[in-house]
Amino acid sequence: MISENRIILKNAGHINPASIDDYIAAGGYGALAKAIREKPEMVVEEIADSGLRGRGGAGFPTGIKKKAAAGATTAGIKYVVCNADEGEPGTFKDREIMENDPHLLVEGMVIAAYGIGAGKGFIYVRGEYYRSIEMLQKAINQAKEKNFLGNEILGSRFSFDLEIMPGAGSYLCGEELTLLESLEGKRGYPRIKPPFPAEKGLWGEPTLVNNVETLASLPSIISHGAGWYRSRGTEKTPGTKIFTISGDVKKPGCYETDAGVKLRDLIDDLAGGTADGKPWKAVLLGGAAGTFVPHGWSDATMCYDELRERGATLGSGAVIVVGSRRKLIPFIQNILKFFRHESCGKCVPCRIGTSYLHAQSLLLDKAGAEERKAILNDMLDNSRQMAKSSLCPLGQSPILPVESLHRHFMETVAVE
Amino acid sequence: MDPTEIVAGFRRDKSDLLPMLHALQDSHPQNYLTSESLKAAAGHLNVNLSWVYGVAGYYSMFSLEPRGRYIIRICNSPVCSLMGSGTMIETLESILGIDQGETTPDGLFTIEESECLGICEVAPAMMINREVYGNLNPERIAEIVDDIRNRQKQKQ
Repeated sequence: MISENRIILKNAGHINPASIDDYIAAGGYGALAKAIREKPEMVVEEIADSGLRGRGGAGFPTGIKKKAAAGATTAGIKYVVCNADEGEPGTFKDREIMENDPHLLVEGMVIAAYGIGAGKGFIYVRGEYYRSIEMLQKAINQAKEKNFLGNEILGSRFSFDLEIMPGAGSYLCGEELTLLESLEGKRGYPRIKPPFPAEKGLWGEPTLVNNVETLASLPSIISHGAGWYRSRGTEKTPGTKIFTISGDVKKPGCYETDAGVKLRDLIDDLAGGTADGKPWKAVLLGGAAGTFVPHGWSDATMCYDELRERGATLGSGAVIVVGSRRKLIPFIQNILKFFRHESCGKCVPCRIGTSYLHAQSLLLDKAGAEERKAILNDMLDNSRQMAKSSLCPLGQSPILPVESLHRHFMETVAVE
Repeated sequence: MDPTEIVAGFRRDKSDLLPMLHALQDSHPQNYLTSESLKAAAGHLNVNLSWVYGVAGYYSMFSLEPRGRYIIRICNSPVCSLMGSGTMIETLESILGIDQGETTPDGLFTIEESECLGICEVAPAMMINREVYGNLNPERIAEIVDDIRNRQKQKQ
């Protein structure tokens, strides 16, 4: 029987999130005070040594991003942007952090800003997260009063200003370059990479873009050291990961454990098992831009590399459990409708591809078994073309659910 | 409140466009961006009206048409749909007598189908303005709607 190991969520539910004094009493802002006594390079080095990987979904090493942003030069100012545009279906971990421990994110952002020498930061929060915005605004105001934000923070020569930006309902703005476009007051259209944000980001300046969970991991890394952090999780995915378990389980919710936990343990031990007590039919890992896995994958190790090697994704940490009696055809139809709706229309393969894939999935309803297999084959071909030719991750994502459905559930879908 | 007064509270910086549009929309009892609002935003930022119109039209939280006092965002994402959001949408449509995207004749409610609202632990879920409602079933939806109608009557 496994249990949670709360590092990022250690305060959640235990302190009053509207009180900076509660946060400080729980050791809060101690990491910032420690960091600011060190040279910025040392702070970046410590984070790189911890092996922390970006928790937004891609699992990119945070240290590499930070070093690139720290090394970039500009005559203007550098920015730190927190990606709090949590829109991946089945994902609600960032909301949990922002609503229940907003100061943790603020502290993580100031540490990151100090490390790379940023003068200004933005938290881009999705517009529907009213409570997150409210709690963060309170936290920022309080942090300013106590000089954890603002000019010459804690008597140092480092100054940093932080603002919240509300999004307005666009999944695509969760992609880092699109998010920057939106922050600049534009339609949420993706930019072509490279240049990467570390080189040319917000207003063309060097910018570090990190997810909420990633930034919220920094205070404990700085407080306890990279070695302590590395003693948790796996060699390639150190630390803890927050999983959001939803769907047909007894106790859906947010669970933080060491990375590398078994899928079975997440579902059975933490989420209380399936709602009907029967073996689950499928799990969608990582959200809509995620992969289906069959019940035979109960022993899967939940870390970035192992899942990738096996052809699945950890993504944002979403674990959507599909119970024994559910049908997969309406589920894939819903996912493809989502991509169709969220495609921005800037590039042709995604604009046409997402519509076409959804239309194909609707044909599954009335098709016979053999015809369904042929449709799935066709859908796989089309999503491959999209993955190769689309401009941004949105058009490159439908292949994830389509290919994994094709691989593991062809026979199920044929006779469903 | 006059749109030009609202935009005066913001910087003349394009980064402020989204917050400005939110404030303009929230200030209108019918929850939408009027052409006066768009013009005020464009004037304040010294950009073309087409720029502001393009941004307002892109984001799904903004509306260029009048809407109800209460915006019901019913989540129909993969998790909520798995947990029965289809039935919840039908229930709402039948109780209110409108389809999604429409507003009740009394101007009280608009139903909008929404992508994932990030409250999947209580799926199927919806938001009405800023309030979150989870673990929905048809009876609960009827109660919630009744409750708002009654509150509204008391106000009048």
